[in-house]
Amino acid sequence: MTRDEVRATVLRVLGDIAPEADLASLKPDVALREQLDLDSMDVLNFVVGLHAALGVEIPEADYPKFATLDGGVEYLTGRHAADARR
Amino acid sequence: MPILGADMTAGTLVAWRKQPGDAVKRGDIIAEVETDKGLIDVEVFVSGVLEKILVAPGATVPTGAVLAVIREEGEAPGVAPPAAVPAAPPARLRISPTAKRLAEELGVDPATVRGTGPDGAITREDVERAAARPAVAPPAAPLAEADRMARMRQTIGAAMARSKREIPHYYLATTIDMHRAMAWLAEANLRRPVTERLLYGVLLLKAVALALREVPELNAVWRGGQVVRSEAVHLGVALSLRGGGLVAPALHDADRQSLGDLMRSFRDLVQRARTGGLRSSELSDPTITVTSLGDQGVDSVFGIVYPPQVAIVGFGRVAERPWSVDGTIVSRPVVTATLAADHRVSDGHRGSRFLAAVDRLLHEPARL
Repeated sequence: MTRDEVRATVLRVLGDIAPEADLASLKPDVALREQLDLDSMDVLNFVVGLHAALGVEIPEADYPKFATLDGGVEYLTGRHAADARR
Repeated sequence: MPILGADMTAGTLVAWRKQPGDAVKRGDIIAEVETDKGLIDVEVFVSGVLEKILVAPGATVPTGAVLAVIREEGEAPGVAPPAAVPAAPPARLRISPTAKRLAEELGVDPATVRGTGPDGAITREDVERAAARPAVAPPAAPLAEADRMARMRQTIGAAMARSKREIPHYYLATTIDMHRAMAWLAEANLRRPVTERLLYGVLLLKAVALALREVPELNAVWRGGQVVRSEAVHLGVALSLRGGGLVAPALHDADRQSLGDLMRSFRDLVQRARTGGLRSSELSDPTITVTSLGDQGVDSVFGIVYPPQVAIVGFGRVAERPWSVDGTIVSRPVVTATLAADHRVSDGHRGSRFLAAVDRLLHEPARL
């Protein structure tokens, strides 16, 4: 899966959680929780949604790594590639 | 038309899910109504056969109005008194002579006014409030989002103003060391698949539910001028909605659910609060409310009691703070728990016992 495909998936999952948000204007390097007013339940649903879409199980300890859109795409692209090699 | 929260006065019947002749049992969803809290699924409280529908889709009726007649099991058709869905209207209108005269002057139908006096009697104030409210027109289409938001703000305002006017609040706060709870949670979540993961909020909810067994007078509602303690713990959970506003539907029997079950119920409740499909019982029967503003980054929140309840528990964020342990300052995750409660029902002494119990329970997370 390419970086762009991962990014599109992340945005789709975010769109389910924050349907009113204008995702096109999302700043890629600013915390998602701040920009989208996500609470802990939203974050959990985000992780569950990513797991369903990409098959990647994200441990709680790694949550800080996808605080921003860029960080999340980076992390997930790496994880996805690593899982595919296994 | 069920009362789905303090100061709800009317609702619009949107659709019937059952038809005359259908068998219904307690808990079945029989209809959908539109309120400022969105589309709500109305449950039946008796088992039997739906005999007659009295309110057509699209009609707006006051709370307490009979929506349909259900023939209960074992009843002969047409013989028994009609069972209201879900609650019977008051048999007789209680209204003082001066309030009645005022109602006539202002052109208010007393049957549409909800009484707040003794035994639900209608007071002059109730009539004035009803007169100030815009007349209920039958909206054919579901409310526009902006209208719903405006109405929700009005409803919240009315309920909170009533609370501040009528309930003599007292407030308590305590700071709780969460290191055991958070460490236990991190460990438990390592073993749980992502869909089964717990949020720390669920530990707080369970601790509150169990602590209420020790101070049961906080788990109660006013009914007809009397305080009625509830055996069951139905925790109202204050949930902010995306785009503004809030609802506080109940997590039923929170004290008797395992943490895993409670988490599933909680996720489901949040989902339905945000997308529609809350059930009538969830809005009408909370016995206490919990509000947690931790995600907004505040340290503490002092709630306003939601009538007819008698207490509200608040939690701020869990944050690392300097904490003294055996004479040494260490860094610990701590949370501030607060209680706002009705002084007519309990006092600070009992309230402190309750917060102390919450504290103690959170120090033994494995037993939650």
